[in-house]
Amino acid sequence: MKEIALIKGNEAIAEAAIRTGVDAYFGYPITPQSEVLEYLQLQKPEERTGMVVLQAESELAAINMVYGAAGTGKKVMTTSSSPGISLMQEGISYIAGAELPCLIVNVVRGGPGLGTIQPSQADYFQATKGGGHGDYRLIVLAPASVQEMADFVDLAFELAFKYRNPALILSDGLIGQMMEKVELPEPKERFTTFDQSWVITGKTADRERNIITSLNLDPELQYEHNIKLQQKYERMKEDVMFESFQTDDADFLLVAYGSSARICQKVVDVVRGRGKKLGLLRPITLFPFPTEVISELSRRVKGILSVEMSTGQMVEDVRLAANGRVPVYHYGTFGGKIHSPEDVLNAIEEKFIGGF
Amino acid sequence: MAKVRGAIVVDIERCKGCEVCVVNCPTDVIAMSKDVNSKGYHYAYMEHPDDCTGCTNCAIVCPDGAITVYRIKN
Amino acid sequence: MKKNLSEDFSMEDSLEQIIQEKNLVYRPTRLMTGATLSYCPGCGHGTIHRLIMEVVEEMGIQAETIGVSPVGCAVLAYDFMDVDFTEAAHGRAPAVATGIKRLWPDKYVFTYQGDGDLAAIGTAETIHACNRGEQICIFFVNNGIYGMTGGQMAPTTLEGMVSSTTPYGRNVEQMGPPLKITELVAQLAGTYYVSRQSIHKAATVRKAKKAIRKAFEVQKEKKGMAFVEFVSNCNSGWKMTPNEANQWMEDHMFPFYPLGDIKVDGKLVKNVIQDL
Ligand SMILES: Cc1ncc(C[n+]2csc(CCOP(=O)(O)OP(=O)(O)O)c2C)c(N)n1
Ligand code: SF4
Ligand code: SF4
Ligand code: SF4
Ligand SMILES: [Mg+2]
Repeated sequence: MKEIALIKGNEAIAEAAIRTGVDAYFGYPITPQSEVLEYLQLQKPEERTGMVVLQAESELAAINMVYGAAGTGKKVMTTSSSPGISLMQEGISYIAGAELPCLIVNVVRGGPGLGTIQPSQADYFQATKGGGHGDYRLIVLAPASVQEMADFVDLAFELAFKYRNPALILSDGLIGQMMEKVELPEPKERFTTFDQSWVITGKTADRERNIITSLNLDPELQYEHNIKLQQKYERMKEDVMFESFQTDDADFLLVAYGSSARICQKVVDVVRGRGKKLGLLRPITLFPFPTEVISELSRRVKGILSVEMSTGQMVEDVRLAANGRVPVYHYGTFGGKIHSPEDVLNAIEEKFIGGF
Repeated sequence: MAKVRGAIVVDIERCKGCEVCVVNCPTDVIAMSKDVNSKGYHYAYMEHPDDCTGCTNCAIVCPDGAITVYRIKN
Repeated sequence: MKKNLSEDFSMEDSLEQIIQEKNLVYRPTRLMTGATLSYCPGCGHGTIHRLIMEVVEEMGIQAETIGVSPVGCAVLAYDFMDVDFTEAAHGRAPAVATGIKRLWPDKYVFTYQGDGDLAAIGTAETIHACNRGEQICIFFVNNGIYGMTGGQMAPTTLEGMVSSTTPYGRNVEQMGPPLKITELVAQLAGTYYVSRQSIHKAATVRKAKKAIRKAFEVQKEKKGMAFVEFVSNCNSGWKMTPNEANQWMEDHMFPFYPLGDIKVDGKLVKNVIQDL
């Protein structure tokens, strides 16, 4: 029988990490995600599964501990919130360049700067366009419930190891702090089925030494390396994930991820109740972005509204997907303010001129 | 009287002509060649091989690991 | 009657007699890869690499050793030392090594870092890895300058010392005095062995190698952090010949950075407060 628990999103991440056999966690406190480290320390995962948990002296140290540990081929992760994730960017770029699998969780809060501790979705650009220096991408998953906070830990690692690439769960303070009933993941053995030829274990006589590095001083080699990375990002498209609500006959489309998608689902129900055909497309992977399905839908709907808790970031990707076929609008609150279904309804009425 | 005799072999292509070995030789065996190696460095050689005791001083200070040392007791 | 060698053999003959495998007393360790070092002629980095690899060879731990290279002239250290390696971001090697060691607690992990890397941009990682008593070795190369980027001031640059960013000499009123981070970390509970060495003379090379050996032994016994500083030269940055640089180092660096063990078996053996 499945184990059910009533827990916070942040705790769900931590519990899922222990259960799915994550080998190490390195983190630094920051609101609204400190519960992850607190929960882990409380649970004594070193006794439960042998998982290493260490509070680092900074996010800089935490991400570099992740970098070091990921080179051992084990499942390692960190969690933080916006300012901390900004501090990690150099390290994330190194990890992407060195092609190491790992998991980073961003429980986003409002910015810029120290901003606010309230929820936000304003780190979309940073998460999906690279974030640090150089041409690289992370696999980005956007959970919309506490259940998905739990489920995406293992999913993120599956993808991270499949592509030897860092994966990022882009959550927000709302889902991180929210309590919901969760079916806890089944306990899982450590998986070792991936290609381990690159792992640093100490050089034995039967092989060349393994080197984890992102350095290629020769521009020819760095060029080749970049091409290889781009091909990998292209291949990731086969793992694009999204969820459609009532899009089949929709005249108008909402696109929203994470907690905004929860709000928009309500909006769709309300609008459908009034006899209007509104649908919702929820990207689950923000990278790879569900460009194709949005492009497809843009041939059938009259207009698209991208709803996010930011001044308009994902809307750019939606526009690229729609490619001018229909108007694409943005609606969203920001700075830690959360939009209500009514706010979104008003925006629909205002933006889809004559639509409803 | 038994005399310790040594000799060094300098890997000419590895030598960068830094002369650190020269000042570290207690018996002034080493000098720098007039010739240069393929990288343009004057390389170390035994100018007074008779005086080499095989003490290894030159080799262990050589930053480029260019020196091998041999020693016999007669 | 015993014959005199020089009478009996021509020079060539006698050399041939000596240069034989059975008479070999020193060859560079096979744990150096053989790749030509990217360092300037006379630069101490090469000697320190070789000594570390000699110790790894003598202890027979190549298959259990993982190095972490810095950003600095030694960024490519992994091209030269024949062990598994991770290349760290500037200053982060102690954090990277922490990550590796926590997951491979029974392997040997060492960092190799310059003074800019370890004592400026990476100060926090250095202090906290030392304070946690991470079971790793830190090999710290103090050449008083940023070698790789062209000779700028480092935290260790001496008072009055000229660098490309202190063209009139380091002004301690403005820049503060040079940082003795080794004396600092020696005061932390997590460090078990702390030593300062040099590698410019045969005698100091022998001592330095003993210190490296000791550092790996400390790690083997899981006693805590082993931290070894090497006061070294940067003849390019200092704009001197290698031998001039080594002499300058003796005359100017050693009085400020005195050689020798600072902490042994977890106990201070020097008055570090006075030395600060
Ligand atoms: C984040 C970051 N900042 C700056 C640099 C540029 N940089 C490269 S090496 C270096 C200084 C290295 O000096 P040191 O650690 O003393 O090593 P050395 O070259 O002297 O051995 C700097 C500032 C960098 N690579 N990354
Ligand atoms: S120390 Fe080595 S590199 Fe320098 S001159 Fe002597 S042999 Fe050549
Ligand atoms: S082995 Fe000793 S005596 Fe011989 S050249 Fe080297 S330093 Fe001089
Ligand atoms: S610049 Fe200085 S530290 Fe760098 S290789 Fe040259 S001498 Fe060595
Ligand atoms: Mg330096």
